[in-house]
Amino acid sequence: MGELKLMKGNEVIAEAAIRCGCDGYFGYPITPQSEVMETLMARKPWETTGMVVLQAESEVASINMVYGGASCGKKVMTTSSSPGISLMQEGITYIAGAELPCLIMNCVRGGPGLGTIQPAQSDYFQACKGGGHGDYHLIVLAPSSVQEMNDFVNLGFELAFKYRNPAMILSDGAIGQMMEKVELADYKPRWTDEEIEKISGDWATTGKKANRKQHIITSLELDSEIMEKLNHKLQAKYKKMEEEEVRYEEIQCDDAEYIFVAYGSSARICQKSIQIAREKGIKVGLLRPITLYPFPTKPIQKLAEKVKGMLSVEMSAGQMVEDVRLAVNGKIPVEHFGRLGGIIPSPIEVVEALEQKIIGGK
Amino acid sequence: MADLEKIMKEENIVYKKTKVLTDNVMHYCPGCSHGVVHKLIAEVIEELGIQDKTIGISPVGCSVFAYNYIDIDWQEAAHGRAPANATATKRLMPDKFVFSYQGDGDLASIGAAETLHACNRGENITMIFINNAMYGMTGGQMAPTTLVGMKTSTTPYGRNIDLNGYPMKMTEIVASLPGTCYVTRQSVHDAASVKRCKKAIKKGFENQAKKIGTSFIEITSTCNSGWKMPPVEANKWMEKHMFAYYPQGDLKDAERDNPDDYIKYIK
Ligand code: SF4
Repeated sequence: MGELKLMKGNEVIAEAAIRCGCDGYFGYPITPQSEVMETLMARKPWETTGMVVLQAESEVASINMVYGGASCGKKVMTTSSSPGISLMQEGITYIAGAELPCLIMNCVRGGPGLGTIQPAQSDYFQACKGGGHGDYHLIVLAPSSVQEMNDFVNLGFELAFKYRNPAMILSDGAIGQMMEKVELADYKPRWTDEEIEKISGDWATTGKKANRKQHIITSLELDSEIMEKLNHKLQAKYKKMEEEEVRYEEIQCDDAEYIFVAYGSSARICQKSIQIAREKGIKVGLLRPITLYPFPTKPIQKLAEKVKGMLSVEMSAGQMVEDVRLAVNGKIPVEHFGRLGGIIPSPIEVVEALEQKIIGGK
Repeated sequence: MADLEKIMKEENIVYKKTKVLTDNVMHYCPGCSHGVVHKLIAEVIEELGIQDKTIGISPVGCSVFAYNYIDIDWQEAAHGRAPANATATKRLMPDKFVFSYQGDGDLASIGAAETLHACNRGENITMIFINNAMYGMTGGQMAPTTLVGMKTSTTPYGRNIDLNGYPMKMTEIVASLPGTCYVTRQSVHDAASVKRCKKAIKKGFENQAKKIGTSFIEITSTCNSGWKMPPVEANKWMEKHMFAYYPQGDLKDAERDNPDDYIKYIK
């Protein structure tokens, strides 16, 4: 059993970063996630593990510092919240195009624009469908507890390096701010130069040794024939992720006649909604995507063969519901329920929506 | 032939291409300053024996392909963001030599914030700033450094202060920042200036080993295609007009400000 602590989701991100041997964090303050950098600065990991922590002049600079650090084969990360993540999109598409591993945490708040500082899930499209320009995907992990905030730092880096692809933890203001019991991971040392050489030695910009060719980190290719090939290579990588990296959780789906599809905070609410609905005799279960990209399309397809309807519960105007509908492909009714602008729906509201939109809507 | 072989001996060599420069044919226009500056950087890297320890950060602009010509590891940054890449690279690998190479649009316009903050933090990097008063790659549009009255494709009647603001002296701004140690303005339009410029670049790299702050080297340059002038005429035009507004020479040669001098304000 690892060390047990009562911690905020955002603080845990910082703690997990230090413990997993992260080399560098580059960030810019924004509510509701400033605790990440504050915790790191208070912990001073540069004196213990040697981790670099830097407050950049903007989110634009933070993500490009991540681009620089990732180019060197280092484990680097940044965190921000919605408006800041919008500013990072340029850097993120460069990182995806140059096929570099890194970790980004978005503690989502309501938008559009400056919006609100309250929790929301309205950045699903941005996280899962690209966000920046060009055909690319991030690996998107959706924690629904403080424990998962901890676990996904390690998992995020693992997947990022496995696929040489940026990974994003798509959290929200509720998960980031709430305190829960968390079992912390043991300390892993940062990679040595020799280990980096082994892991990323055929591409990282660590200085050109006499016995090898230059390493050039770039996303530029003016020859369209070659650029098309590079794009196909990226697409093959995404396909592999879709085949091998889908993660999800099913709760009370075995006897379910209806399914909630929900991630993050909404999934927590739906667990209570299941209880309320079942007390009323409505057999409902929950499919909780853990990876939003790759999306659990097949498990949803399978459930669609045996249930009567699905309700996608999101704190958005209906974004993930599009992927649920694509998976279900018209077999059963799929509707969306969500509150907007930073409002967290109540469990009863969710049950009522199920009754009105799916059960009554038959 | 026999005569030639007699002459072709190591001791008779007066000039040769450094091995740090690749054999790739440069894509730059004839007369463009980029090629000369590339050569100088490559020679400095060879002379300091740091080819295996140097990481270059190339910009978006005509020199986006700098990595094709200097045989070291490179990162091709997003437009204007080279100082951010360089900051992280240097901080994560403090014993390496890290330099950014940027044009005026990249460094002084879209990347002004990254430039100023990297210099203000006193990052131990070398920044090479090619100022040819023009966006070369996109076809000769106005840059922040374009002189007043200068015709570009976006100032067809000449740069006008009311419309376009003043030509920006980025190097003077950077020199005023406490994080910089060495700030200079050089050029490569004749043999003497090439020699001086090489010395400046070398100093910029040597400063990294001393860890005394940011070295910033502007190289006032020509863009023959953008200026629509043949090489010799462009050089003359630069000497007459550019040097008048962008005076040549060192602006600062010291160490970054002593951090101890700054604590007194809250004591
Ligand atoms: S357009 Fe100007 S800066 Fe670009 S290569 Fe040609 S002369 Fe050089």
